[in-house]
Amino acid sequence: MSVLVIAEGNSQEVDRGTLSTITAAQKLSDDISLLVLNDSEEILKSCIKIKGVTKVISAKGELEGSLAENIAPVIIESIKDATHVLSSAGTFGKNIMPRVAALKDSQQISDVCEIIDSETFVRPIYAGNALATVKSLDKVKFMTIRATAFQAAETQGGSANIVDGPIANTNGLSSFVKRDLSESDRPELNAAKIVVSGGRGVGSADNFALLDPLADKLGAAVGASRAAVDAGYVPNDYQVGQTGKVVAPELYIAIGISGAIQHLAGMKDSKVIVAINKDEEAPIFQIADFGLVGDLFQVIPELSEKL
Amino acid sequence: MKVLVPIKRVIDYNVKIRVNSEGSAVETNNVKMSMNPFDEIAVEEAVRLKEAGLVEEIIIVSIGNKGAQETIRTAFAMGGDRGIHIVNEDNTEPLVVAKILKNIVINEKTDLVIMGKQAIDDDSNQTGQMLAALLDWPQGTFASKVKLNNNEINLVREIDGGLETLNIKLPCIITTDLRLNEPRYASLPNIMKAKKKEIIEIPIVDTGIDFKNRLEVIKVQEPPIRVGGRKVEDVDELINVLKNEVGVI
Repeated sequence: MSVLVIAEGNSQEVDRGTLSTITAAQKLSDDISLLVLNDSEEILKSCIKIKGVTKVISAKGELEGSLAENIAPVIIESIKDATHVLSSAGTFGKNIMPRVAALKDSQQISDVCEIIDSETFVRPIYAGNALATVKSLDKVKFMTIRATAFQAAETQGGSANIVDGPIANTNGLSSFVKRDLSESDRPELNAAKIVVSGGRGVGSADNFALLDPLADKLGAAVGASRAAVDAGYVPNDYQVGQTGKVVAPELYIAIGISGAIQHLAGMKDSKVIVAINKDEEAPIFQIADFGLVGDLFQVIPELSEKL
Repeated sequence: MKVLVPIKRVIDYNVKIRVNSEGSAVETNNVKMSMNPFDEIAVEEAVRLKEAGLVEEIIIVSIGNKGAQETIRTAFAMGGDRGIHIVNEDNTEPLVVAKILKNIVINEKTDLVIMGKQAIDDDSNQTGQMLAALLDWPQGTFASKVKLNNNEINLVREIDGGLETLNIKLPCIITTDLRLNEPRYASLPNIMKAKKKEIIEIPIVDTGIDFKNRLEVIKVQEPPIRVGGRKVEDVDELINVLKNEVGVI
């Protein structure tokens, strides 16, 4: 058995999701190839040091924007004798992996959170309100990995070889225009050790700024419930939940969030959950480790000041 | 131009699901069902394109048991024109769905497919991408803005950490994300009109596609329940427990 992992990241290093995916890959095989869709020297140098990786495949050509149409043939050419093809279940992996799986006539397994053996996997369904154990008999298994369910692989201590990979071409059907990433000095939601999230109770886009001093003090990422996103307080990439991001930080502080099932699905694996809400009957208190009943407009400034 | 909108009937998103007593599936008997929320957004987007004069006909397709026809009629009431119901009592996996849709796209000569990015029951998020692969069409997934100019679509998509803009040529597949639009409520006259629209029924065996499931479901279980802790009195106590009791700050 051997595993091909599709790396995601910038020109310097792979992201946290890829490191978790490498850990998942180690549960399947010792022979792990990492396909890097970026030919910068820097990222290749950092990839060969990742523990567990035996080979780094460096793709070249039309890689800008990682367009699925251009990348899918590169992945297929890189599979060789791999039995499992893995990527992190972020928007990159979700976009590209099914395209590759369909071309190889394989039924992908999405969002794997536990590997039982080489063909049996556990994945959440219904927004994590149920867990399905499934067995795949496809010859090559295509899987996306839920990053929060696996530890990140160590970024030092490995000694992989670099080999030249396939060259990406464009078929002219799609073109990359631009990428607008939210500018922030704060950590990414997926990687943060502490997440501070606001819900509809925060009341407005202006009020959301109340969370900033608290997040800055804690070095936390800022998230939001779907209700807050739908109300237009913050952009969708803040969303934690079934239809947004799934996070599992050391500490999750839910502010003015009632605790709809859809939100809980995105944060219930956090180590410690704190809920601050003026409604003492709010469902969020049923799962929070520590609850504080109070007016967030008083509690949050006080908390930011005293920390 | 004709647009195809595949939709799925799922357990209503407001329902708290439960696993059946055999531990083999989620119970769907006597549970409120409705259209997958992302598919409603897809129907709405297609209707807006039609209202803007950019699309002539909206074909709705659903794969599932008898109940699927009710969901197709909901899409009709929003503005869908005619329907195709592929009848399968069992679950249909994304790869099979994509293969069936490919044939429909070819038979109907549609140049655009708009569909939800994922169904909220199995959460696979695969079918649109798979259909694009099988047709060798470009894909615009997780769309939050769609602008159709002649034979090209300028599309903004939701990615981790922000937004990305692509240009994709028709024919193509679009999968919808939450902020693309806000689906309308059907008016009573439109609900009445929807009853008269045509649905063609095709048993899945007649599609010629091997629809056997590739993934064997060994078991379905509920996740471990997280039990709440306790209330704290004030901010000082909160800081104290976080620092000294659990040591996370």
